[in-house]
Amino acid sequence: MSEALSATCHLHSPPNREDFVLAVDGLRTHFATDDGDVPAVDGVTFSIRRGRTLALVGESGCGKSVTSLSILRLIQPPGKITGGRILLHSARAGDIDITALGENSPQLYQVRGGLISMIFQEPMSALSPVHTIGDQITEAIFLHRRVSSAEAHRLAVEMLGKVGLSAPEERFGQYPHELSGGMRQRVVIAMALVCRPELLIADEPTTALDVTIQAQILGLIKTLQREIGCSVLLITHDLGVVAQMADDVAVMYLGRIVEHGAVRDLLKDPRHPYTQGLLKSIPSLNSGGRLASIPGSVPLLTEIPAGCPFHPRCAHAKPGLCDTGAPPMLRPVAPGRGVACLRAEEIAAGVAGGVAGADGK
Amino acid sequence: METTVSSASPRPWPLAPAPTAAAGPLLSVRDLCRHFPIRSRGFGRKVTGTVRALDDVSFDLFPGETLGLVGESGSGKTTTARCILRALAPTSGEVIFRPPGGRPVDLARLSDRELKPLRTQMQMIFQDPFSSLNPRMTVGQIVGEPLVIHGLAKGDALDARVDDILRRVGLKPEHRSYYPHAFSGGQRQRIGIARALIMRPSLIVADEAVSALDVSVQAQVLNLLKDLQAEFRLTYLFVAHNLDVVRHFCDRVAVMYAGRIVELAPAAQLFAAPRHPYTKALLAAVPWPDPDVKMKFDVPGEIADPSRLPSGCAFHPRCKQCFAPCLSQRPLLLDPVGDAHFVACHLHDPSHQHVA
Repeated sequence: MSEALSATCHLHSPPNREDFVLAVDGLRTHFATDDGDVPAVDGVTFSIRRGRTLALVGESGCGKSVTSLSILRLIQPPGKITGGRILLHSARAGDIDITALGENSPQLYQVRGGLISMIFQEPMSALSPVHTIGDQITEAIFLHRRVSSAEAHRLAVEMLGKVGLSAPEERFGQYPHELSGGMRQRVVIAMALVCRPELLIADEPTTALDVTIQAQILGLIKTLQREIGCSVLLITHDLGVVAQMADDVAVMYLGRIVEHGAVRDLLKDPRHPYTQGLLKSIPSLNSGGRLASIPGSVPLLTEIPAGCPFHPRCAHAKPGLCDTGAPPMLRPVAPGRGVACLRAEEIAAGVAGGVAGADGK
Repeated sequence: METTVSSASPRPWPLAPAPTAAAGPLLSVRDLCRHFPIRSRGFGRKVTGTVRALDDVSFDLFPGETLGLVGESGSGKTTTARCILRALAPTSGEVIFRPPGGRPVDLARLSDRELKPLRTQMQMIFQDPFSSLNPRMTVGQIVGEPLVIHGLAKGDALDARVDDILRRVGLKPEHRSYYPHAFSGGQRQRIGIARALIMRPSLIVADEAVSALDVSVQAQVLNLLKDLQAEFRLTYLFVAHNLDVVRHFCDRVAVMYAGRIVELAPAAQLFAAPRHPYTKALLAAVPWPDPDVKMKFDVPGEIADPSRLPSGCAFHPRCKQCFAPCLSQRPLLLDPVGDAHFVACHLHDPSHQHVA
């Protein structure tokens, strides 16, 4: 089952350990709530190329953040990883099946912050208000490397300089509240990258920042990624950030990946009706006048429609085909392209009926 | 909860009226200032400094147009909106409001009692549809409350008007008895819009009205706002930080930086040929969703701190084209070419013989 999945669903199948840093295969993360089982992530398969950036995009509640938290095994009860595998192909530590690691195993602690680190949307939530910036960065160093405190101090100051903080020696003794939002995010990036991780997960890293500061932080992530040679998993809802940052893109809807491909192919020629609708709702990609919008709203995760989960909002939905059975699987439609739509070929050929088809693209 | 498709029948948008002197502005803001004192701790609470949140802001808002107010945090765009509606009292300056069929009044000088009848004419739509609706009130109570407060309708007449406005924003009369928690973000924003529109105002101040929404829902709400503008002949002051949305939605755009307007121009012109170095930097830093349009990652510096504004032009420490007058003189908002494209920059001030 697992082999068959990876053959059809991975971006560049089959994933091998030289080219890919991480392979997620059929990941399921469900939450047991009073309203029933909530399948926040339901069969997600993707892999991240070494040294490249994969963007996971989607609207609120699509499961992109739960996916990233699952990779670091940070899912708290009532949430639970109920299926699938997350394989880290580490150059330093060999292959690690993250889903198989014990909750308190030393290997999991090595993965968290050592091999994979994460930066969050709100820098203040990742920083302790009662410890100095220097203490917080050296703590990360001591957790993963055997170095003297003088050496840790030197490494931390060097990293603060690398993320573009002026006077890094002075910053070392400052508290987070003394810095602006953009500066705090720089400190979080320094903390995340000081141990030279092989994968950086950035969960909406610039959503809370202003445009000019966002540009600085995105530029910084790009520069440091090149310098350290790490891969980036970028979680975002902003297709602009995707276009500027990512090499590959996976679009999520209701806990599943509905389309993936190289960034230019996907943005210039979206194949899934949801991706098409998403792109058409962006004002600058509209020709003017009324914005095309996706009708309706995202259903609750406890009320996912049968068949294709997108069919009630889809202009191409065909009764008897799209509204019954299991949700469609991702399948290859072009080299490096996967689409989870039963009518992808008909839509691409323009023979499928529906409003969106009449609009053209 | 059933999903709600876009409002009434789709109709082409009428072209926004060109701002003509004959129509006269609905709102004229002149030299509006709002300063916040910084006080020391302890008994004396001595004033030790001033945050110049808003400094000499002037602009006109014409009937039926949409004026975008853009800028980064701390630029004063929300303070401007709040001062116009007198949610904040301005420190100085004039806000001349000309209600249709009424006498012009200076909103900045009126007492609260004099202001109350005018509040039916100007309403606000807020950013966060989760915190701006009282969770203990039903949708009917929330939407009908303005009519009750102003004593304009009660009983069946009140219910009828609530039902009517709910239909116009794409909700259903049955929703009257629901509580806000039963709705999605986009639907809650429709409730907020219904509450603002039930008074039949002429001026709507929308403060980041679509910023909290997902992109597909954002498109629905923007379409709704455009439809309602045509239907009720609304004038929008649209405060936003998303430049993509502003370019699409607004007729004219004012760019704010550190409490001042640095550039004011028709939207198409501003985005095609920005004149102020800050506007240029801002537009270059926007990640456009097109891999062929490359953004610039190297905008220097931090946003100016309004409590410690630089001398002269507040943008000069970040400006690559900064020259002598920028350090000492505050640039005025001028229309150097006479094409209604205003800019506050010494580079464009004809009195400086400087070649940009």
